Amino acid sequence: MTKLVEISGLNIRFTGERTVYAVNDLSLSLGDGEVLGLLGESGSGKSVTLRALMRLLPKKRTQITGKVNVMGRDVLAMNEEQLSSFRGQTVSMIFQEPALALDPVYTIGAQIAESVVRHEGKSYAEGRARALEMLDVVRIPSAKRRLDAYPHEMSGGMRQRAMIALALACRPKILLADEPTTALDATVQIQILLLLRELQREFGMSVIFVTHDIGVAIEICDRVAVMYAGQIVEQGTLRDIVRSPVHPYAKGLLASTVHGAKRGQRLETIPGTPPSLGERPHNCSFAPRCAAAQPRCLEQLPGNVDVGPGRAARCVLAEPVTALS
Amino acid sequence: MSETNLSVAMLEPIEDLGGVAQPLLQVNGLTKHFPVRGGLFAAKRTVRAVDNVSFSVAKGETVGIVGESGCGKSTTARLLMHLMPRDTGDIIYDGMSVGQSLSLRELRRGMQMVFQDSYASLNPRLTIEESIAFGPKVHGMADGAARALARELLGKVGLVPANFANRYPHEISGGQRQRVNIARALALSPRLVILDEAVSALDKSVEAQVLNLLADLKREFGLTYLFISHDLNVVRYISDRVLVMYLGEVVELGPVDQVWDQPAHPYTRALLAAMPSSDPDRRTETPPITGDPPNPIDPPSGCRFHTRCPFAEPLCANATPKLTALDRMGHEAACYMAIPGSGHSRAPKEETV
Ligand SMILES: Nc1ncnc2c1ncn2[C@@H]1O[C@H](COP(=O)(O)OP(=O)(O)OP(=O)(O)O)[C@@H](O)[C@H]1O
Ligand SMILES: Nc1ncnc2c1ncn2[C@@H]1O[C@H](COP(=O)(O)OP(=O)(O)O)[C@@H](O)[C@H]1O
Ligand code: SF4
Ligand code: SF4
Ligand SMILES: [Mg+2]
Ligand SMILES: [Mg+2]
Repeated sequence: MTKLVEISGLNIRFTGERTVYAVNDLSLSLGDGEVLGLLGESGSGKSVTLRALMRLLPKKRTQITGKVNVMGRDVLAMNEEQLSSFRGQTVSMIFQEPALALDPVYTIGAQIAESVVRHEGKSYAEGRARALEMLDVVRIPSAKRRLDAYPHEMSGGMRQRAMIALALACRPKILLADEPTTALDATVQIQILLLLRELQREFGMSVIFVTHDIGVAIEICDRVAVMYAGQIVEQGTLRDIVRSPVHPYAKGLLASTVHGAKRGQRLETIPGTPPSLGERPHNCSFAPRCAAAQPRCLEQLPGNVDVGPGRAARCVLAEPVTALS
Repeated sequence: MSETNLSVAMLEPIEDLGGVAQPLLQVNGLTKHFPVRGGLFAAKRTVRAVDNVSFSVAKGETVGIVGESGCGKSTTARLLMHLMPRDTGDIIYDGMSVGQSLSLRELRRGMQMVFQDSYASLNPRLTIEESIAFGPKVHGMADGAARALARELLGKVGLVPANFANRYPHEISGGQRQRVNIARALALSPRLVILDEAVSALDKSVEAQVLNLLADLKREFGLTYLFISHDLNVVRYISDRVLVMYLGEVVELGPVDQVWDQPAHPYTRALLAAMPSSDPDRRTETPPITGDPPNPIDPPSGCRFHTRCPFAEPLCANATPKLTALDRMGHEAACYMAIPGSGHSRAPKEETV
């Protein structure tokens, strides 16, 4: 399978008043037509990783090292002009908080049209036509009327569709989705997920889908990478991760669900909190919270161990046991 | 003052005047319509965001509200907070109405809200400590005491004050911001906390922690919750009773187990069927309800669900079915199939009492 995205040894550090090592030695790849899920705890670096892929991080205060290759191009070396056509046409993004994607003072139609004008150099009239077409694609009823609606006049589900329409307007090869269904109601969420699944096939897109909800990942992802403290701690096919997680964090994440929990009963949680990311990790970042931690976990950063075809975990437990002779 | 184990001073909570039997919140016939612009010559139209909603919340209870996007949950919450004027209806807090025996200022202390959008609800120019201290200061607490309280509450919501107090909202993750919002709400010593999608943006291990946290805070501060969420698993876990809303109306309500195990309204059933799969080999193939969440502009006549309901019969479009008791435990539904002798072919026969 050809790789559309190849990230290797990515480190992202925010400098300024405090230093944050937000992403540490992260490697991942995305195949053609593949949907990869990034699953992880709040602050684990999922959004920062996506933003790096689009070079959306504040330039002055961000230090990025490593390789980010998208369709053979070195993203970290692009200039502003190259970035402008890269964004929207090659890679596009939908967000966790629609407020970040949609401008409250412009109508949906104007925003989509403007994006088409900016990225593709089309006329405004052509942009309007594309906007209408896109609202149909995302199945917004009475699309024509909705062109002139402002984001605050739409309900949450409708806004999410509008954001998807905006993101897909320039037919990107790669869609980055940052929890686009997180704040939606059940019947809306399932429709947006199925819509994205359909559009992914229809447009032949590859998708990186950030979520904290394993149910959502189950509905849409082919492969899953579990993130913790700026690293991918385990990755593999959806089935493998759901059925037999290897990394203790992945196991804990799958166990801490309210599904089926009794009222008044305390929920299973992973004790403690994620590390502050104030220093570069030099051993297993999960060790302070891990019930299986051993002295060697603290000695060095566990390597990325292949646990099977297309499957790897960053944990000493995954290391092959040397046979006793 | 309540026996919290906070080591710093808090504002005195609004006094419990009504006693145990008095619901903390009573809502009768709450209605809010928004006028919307039509086309150039189109007639003026209205969004019936909240239409004749009535319910009550007992002291110490957790009441959940579920329903599709746009059904009026957040508008209900904002009306309760008096963040916008209502068209009609009564909002009675511990037996008192705003403007009569209760000032708006007192209500806003007695009732606090944690919003869905954690980012928009924090002032970007204030540090987290300043944001939490802001409310108590407005209510007369000295700067030093308010900051001390802010730090104490940060610890309560699981954020180490030394690490977080001086950060700005854009410097923390979404989950961390939501904890800050909870701390900020608690800073005013409220008795009722309205949580509008407050855990929806959190990942599961954090969500589990925040839900445990909400349970602890509820016990420690003697809180009452109105918990708005789209996550049916979470609502079932946290709520004692639940309201299901559709297009601005309550279509079903009752003890959460009754509603979940024997949903009486077809909409509630669809909602329950929309939960994502937990089995990679059995993904959801088709959504249980097709079409978009309907728009409350000029909603359908009669039962508002009749345009999407597989059991709709002609009578459903004629008049609105009233919420009708299904048992003696407070389980009610607004569907003709649940109303004895309604004339719907699936309705139970009218009983002669
Ligand atoms: N501009 C910034 N300056 C400093 N620190 C930042 C900045 N943006 C993010 N961080 C920090 O980087 C880490 C990763 O943040 P990120 O937003 O990627 O988390 P996330 O995995 O997307 O979390 P969530 O699920 O809560 O959205 C966090 O510790 C966060 O506080
Ligand atoms: N200021 C407003 N002007 C016009 N319509 C509005 C306004 N606020 C909300 N609405 C509409 O009222 C309905 C209910 O909205 P809301 O209470 O936010 O729903 P929910 O929280 O259940 O998703 C929606 O159709 C929404 O678009
Ligand atoms: S490397 Fe050690 S501490 Fe880290 S997850 Fe594995 S067992 Fe736990
Ligand atoms: S009243 Fe009629 S249309 Fe409404 S939910 Fe019941 S059966 Fe369906
Ligand atoms: Mg994020
Ligand atoms: Mg809402």
